[in-house]
Amino acid sequence: MSVTDPLTATGRMTAAGPLTIPAPRPMAATALRAEARIVAEPDGRGGTALPVLDSAGPFALRRLRPYGRQARVCLVGAMTAPLGGDLLGLTADLRDGAGLRLTTTAATLALPGRTGEPAAYDTRIRVGEGAVLHWLPEPLISAKGSDLRMTTRIELAPTARLVLREEQVLGRSGEPPGRLTTRLTVHRAGRPLYDQELRYGPGALGWDGGAVLGGHRAVGQLLLVDPEFAERPLPAEAPGPTAAVIPLAGPAGVVSAVAGDALSLRGLLNPERYVRDGALGA
Amino acid sequence: MAGQLAALLVLADGRFPAGGHAHSGGVEAAVRAGRVQDAATLGTFCQGRLHTAGLTAAGLAAAAADGLDPLELDTAADARTPAPALRTTARRLGRQLLRAARTAWPSPELDALATARPRGVHQPVVLGMAARAAGLGPAEAAYAAGYEAVSGPATAAVRLLGLDPLAATAVLARLAPELDDIAEHAARAARRARTEGTDALPAAAGPLLDITAEQHAAWPVRLFAS
Repeated sequence: MSVTDPLTATGRMTAAGPLTIPAPRPMAATALRAEARIVAEPDGRGGTALPVLDSAGPFALRRLRPYGRQARVCLVGAMTAPLGGDLLGLTADLRDGAGLRLTTTAATLALPGRTGEPAAYDTRIRVGEGAVLHWLPEPLISAKGSDLRMTTRIELAPTARLVLREEQVLGRSGEPPGRLTTRLTVHRAGRPLYDQELRYGPGALGWDGGAVLGGHRAVGQLLLVDPEFAERPLPAEAPGPTAAVIPLAGPAGVVSAVAGDALSLRGLLNPERYVRDGALGA
Repeated sequence: MAGQLAALLVLADGRFPAGGHAHSGGVEAAVRAGRVQDAATLGTFCQGRLHTAGLTAAGLAAAAADGLDPLELDTAADARTPAPALRTTARRLGRQLLRAARTAWPSPELDALATARPRGVHQPVVLGMAARAAGLGPAEAAYAAGYEAVSGPATAAVRLLGLDPLAATAVLARLAPELDDIAEHAARAARRARTEGTDALPAAAGPLLDITAEQHAAWPVRLFAS
């Protein structure tokens, strides 16, 4: 994680609070291997306990005040990462009935490494029966010359609920992006629900044309899964001309959007628009 | 394979009666938005489509030709096709292709598929099954799926923009080496899917294809169905 503020990355001001300054990491530093782990389970008093909260490498996990029955964890960047060659992992296991809200303090900035090796950032999440996860990280910024392969794999129990936002900003202000590949695979009740790979930057042919981004530099999606959507589908109205609310084949929907910059993208991917009483709430 | 290659020409022929001509592959919405205006922008559109939706379709077709369970592949296709308008289109085209393929290359597997899913299976899955029935392999099925992903938009752009058909054909010719790569990539992924399951298949996506497909489906008047 770096200090780069997500919304100033494209030259805009932000109302976000003060940012933690991570330890500087010289470009000559050797590649990192780090895996952070979270386990959440009901605490028996209507809330959620975190029996495992293992920080690692650039991921410093901080417990915040709970939000209703949901435990809250903030991922603070402890050093600049990922650099090329880094292998980073984040695992969250929500046991049956647990609630967790996971956020980050700052954007993740993918930077070039010393060797030209790609960096890998793999997130593995399991959400048990009746459990609810809100995973709302700040954007990922793909800096010029970087090469990052991100995978997120989520296993949902049939009654699990999920709010997941992914935002990617291609290049810092005025620079071309690095190479970025992200794959998001979501299984529900053991069957594929949503599987999407996005590739941008040098080597990803056609990525800037009219079928993929059409000149936009910020792209993201808000994925919502709740058994209630089988009865009450998401509101269909698009939040803007470059966005769509897309009902998936299952009790789930994705708000997909492209925008000129991180700030306008955030406006299109506001979870509050879709999180209602009884659905996806705490 | 060499002895069977002629069947690929029949399967990939734009005149094969499977209803594809009614669909623009997203180019109608891209033309309206001004993102496709001429041969150059059609070229980058088709290139993006080939490496996203085209690769994904090619992987599904290759896996179906390789003998993976078509119903499991249909679920994998759903997960890779978020936009409902595109899922509906894919199943309608799958139904039409299945009817044509059962006449062209009668096979118990095609009959069984029609019985199991009377409302249709995603078109790339049927394409792979049809290739298999015609004696073609996974790579050839991937070629057919990948080619279709770009030939449809190129043909539609000629009608929508009054584009020179020679220029549209040149777009396709320039993409041919990349289609070779896509077919190889898809066939390799299909081999992995034998042991690793459908998650090993490509899931490449183009955000604008999905966003505009939903918008296009709501237009009151349009030239193409998708």
